[in-house]
Amino acid sequence: MSAVAEERSLRAPWALTAPALMLFVGVLLIPLAMTVMLSFHDWGQYKGIEPVFILKNWHEIATDPYYAEMFWRTFRIAILTTLLTALLGAPEAYILNRMSGRWKSFFLLVILGPLLISVVARTLGWALLFGGNNGLVNKLLMSLGVMRSPIPFMFTETGMVIALAHVMMPFMVLSVWAALQRLDPQIENAAMSLGAGPATIIRRIIMPQIMPGVLSGAIIVFSLSASAFATPAIIGGRRLKVAATLAYDEFLNTLNWPLGAAVATLLLAALVLIVVGSNALIERRYAEVFR
Amino acid sequence: MAYLELDRVAKQFGTQTVVDDFSLSVGKGEFISFLGPSGCGKTTTLQMIAGFLDPTRGAIRLEGKDLTAIHPAKRGLGIVFQSYALFPHMTASENVAFGLEMRGVPRAERAERVRAALAMVGLAGYEDRHPRRMSGGQQQRVALARALVIKPSVLLLDEPLSNLDAKLREEMQIELRQIQRTIGTTTILVTHDQNEAMSLSDRIVVMSQGKIEQIGTPQETYEKPASAFVSQFLGKTNDFAGTIDRTVSPTQLVAGSWRAPAPAGLGGPVTVSVRPERIGFGDAGLSAKILTRIFQGNHWLFQCDSECGPAIVIRQNDGTAQPGEGDAVRLTWRPEDMSVRARAGA
Ligand SMILES: Nc1ncnc2c1ncn2[C@@H]1O[C@H](COP(=O)(O)OP(=O)(O)OP(=O)(O)O)[C@@H](O)[C@H]1O
Ligand SMILES: [Mg+2]
Repeated sequence: MSAVAEERSLRAPWALTAPALMLFVGVLLIPLAMTVMLSFHDWGQYKGIEPVFILKNWHEIATDPYYAEMFWRTFRIAILTTLLTALLGAPEAYILNRMSGRWKSFFLLVILGPLLISVVARTLGWALLFGGNNGLVNKLLMSLGVMRSPIPFMFTETGMVIALAHVMMPFMVLSVWAALQRLDPQIENAAMSLGAGPATIIRRIIMPQIMPGVLSGAIIVFSLSASAFATPAIIGGRRLKVAATLAYDEFLNTLNWPLGAAVATLLLAALVLIVVGSNALIERRYAEVFR
Repeated sequence: MAYLELDRVAKQFGTQTVVDDFSLSVGKGEFISFLGPSGCGKTTTLQMIAGFLDPTRGAIRLEGKDLTAIHPAKRGLGIVFQSYALFPHMTASENVAFGLEMRGVPRAERAERVRAALAMVGLAGYEDRHPRRMSGGQQQRVALARALVIKPSVLLLDEPLSNLDAKLREEMQIELRQIQRTIGTTTILVTHDQNEAMSLSDRIVVMSQGKIEQIGTPQETYEKPASAFVSQFLGKTNDFAGTIDRTVSPTQLVAGSWRAPAPAGLGGPVTVSVRPERIGFGDAGLSAKILTRIFQGNHWLFQCDSECGPAIVIRQNDGTAQPGEGDAVRLTWRPEDMSVRARAGA
């Protein structure tokens, strides 16, 4: 190959990826870098944002227990949501996978259908059912005399976990579903022929093999729940804030952009650390199943 | 006495009958092959014995006991699946130990039996490997060890060698036969490879479209095929249209210009089947012209155009001169080398 041709073939990959790379840099990396820089700027009620380099915002987040509580709550809700989706989603995917043709596609559609509906609409549905004295379910239960006061759902962590789990369920089911597709179709028969009962088959044969699917689903659900905005905003509102709604309020209500940027940066950094760390752990632990 | 017995077993999926009127009795220690083209119901039959499918009709008995009444987990059969179906999250020895664990075999005995089973299939030293880190042949051996370690009453093999390359398959065939001879387990092998069925089995069950075509030793099915299907499925064969001539005495079997005394019990139009390696070139017989001559090392393959249609002839390469392409020849064979069947619809 001539030198010119070689040079051209070296340049080709760069030229081909350049448009996507530029878009990536333009809409993701630059705003991200600006947000990080913003978190080091100063802000005052009357002077606005001052482009200086100080650690005031970070110091405030580190020392004020209010922020610790916010972040702790955010991750508690994300963890509980993840557990709930795993406990319900994994069996759901397994049952779905065992259904015969027509029912399988029907129920798969039922599970994936909500992905087509906006998160806001889905969460508002919960608010319509359980929102205070006017919520449909609450009204019904109270008029029947089953309950005296509305079910505590709105502005509670329980409510937020349930609503988030509802929104996140398709991701868990899809992830476990993908793991189930990798199973040898005869694997259960093989275990059965060796004398294993149904419970043993699920515990010793199926569970260990779909665990990577459950865990990668868990990573998706966890990171989406920890950074979720719409559902916490509707269910929790101003009364029960999480990191995402807190950052939003700092940006748009208090107008303290640098502080909001610090909260957002911290949330991002924490999530990246958790996701990358647990992903590495999972891949090491399940090396032989992943191959 | 029959050890395993299938009595007029049938299986329907919806309205489609996949296996029909399947009767077979297997002696203890026998090696049986189910041989047939894809989709003829071999796997279905095997799965009914294993218990993963229930027969629509008929009975399956093991040592006289009704097997269909026993849950598959309690049948105590060893099964090797076409895909091996090894447990990917367990090491080779954990895979093999699983069946013993389910039977509550104590730990020490279990370890010893697992070691012995893996050694038997030539995998000593691979105990701690995971299946995905093993070659196809090694995985196949683990699957065999896993099925054999529980001392199954019957070993069921569903095309266990079809995923291996030709050379490895041949090695495994020999090994499989040796292991089966040593431990004497009654074995049923499903295959669509006629060479595999012939080289391994005591008896072959030739199947077509869910029905048994013939049950017999490899030699019987090859040399005395019961139907046109069997003769065509087991190796190459030449089918010539002939007639039995009753106007002369003794009656004669005539195919083109080839003639011989007619076998008893047949009359009218017949089909004469002759294996290509049993046909020789002679002075009298079916006249033919050689179209192509192919040299294949230890033998020659001739494609001829005979007066009764196309014919294939195989001659050993014994150093003698062979006719060339375009030569006119006479094809001849001994009466005992052919099988004659009544020709339907003629
Ligand atoms: N669960 C099922 N439902 C409907 N039809 C089936 C089912 N399982 C098998 N069949 C049909 O039964 C027939 C026999 O299938 P089987 O798997 O026994 O064939 P086979 O002889 O093992 O073929 P192969 O050599 O390809 O494995 C096929 O026509 C197949 O389509
Ligand atoms: Mg099959």
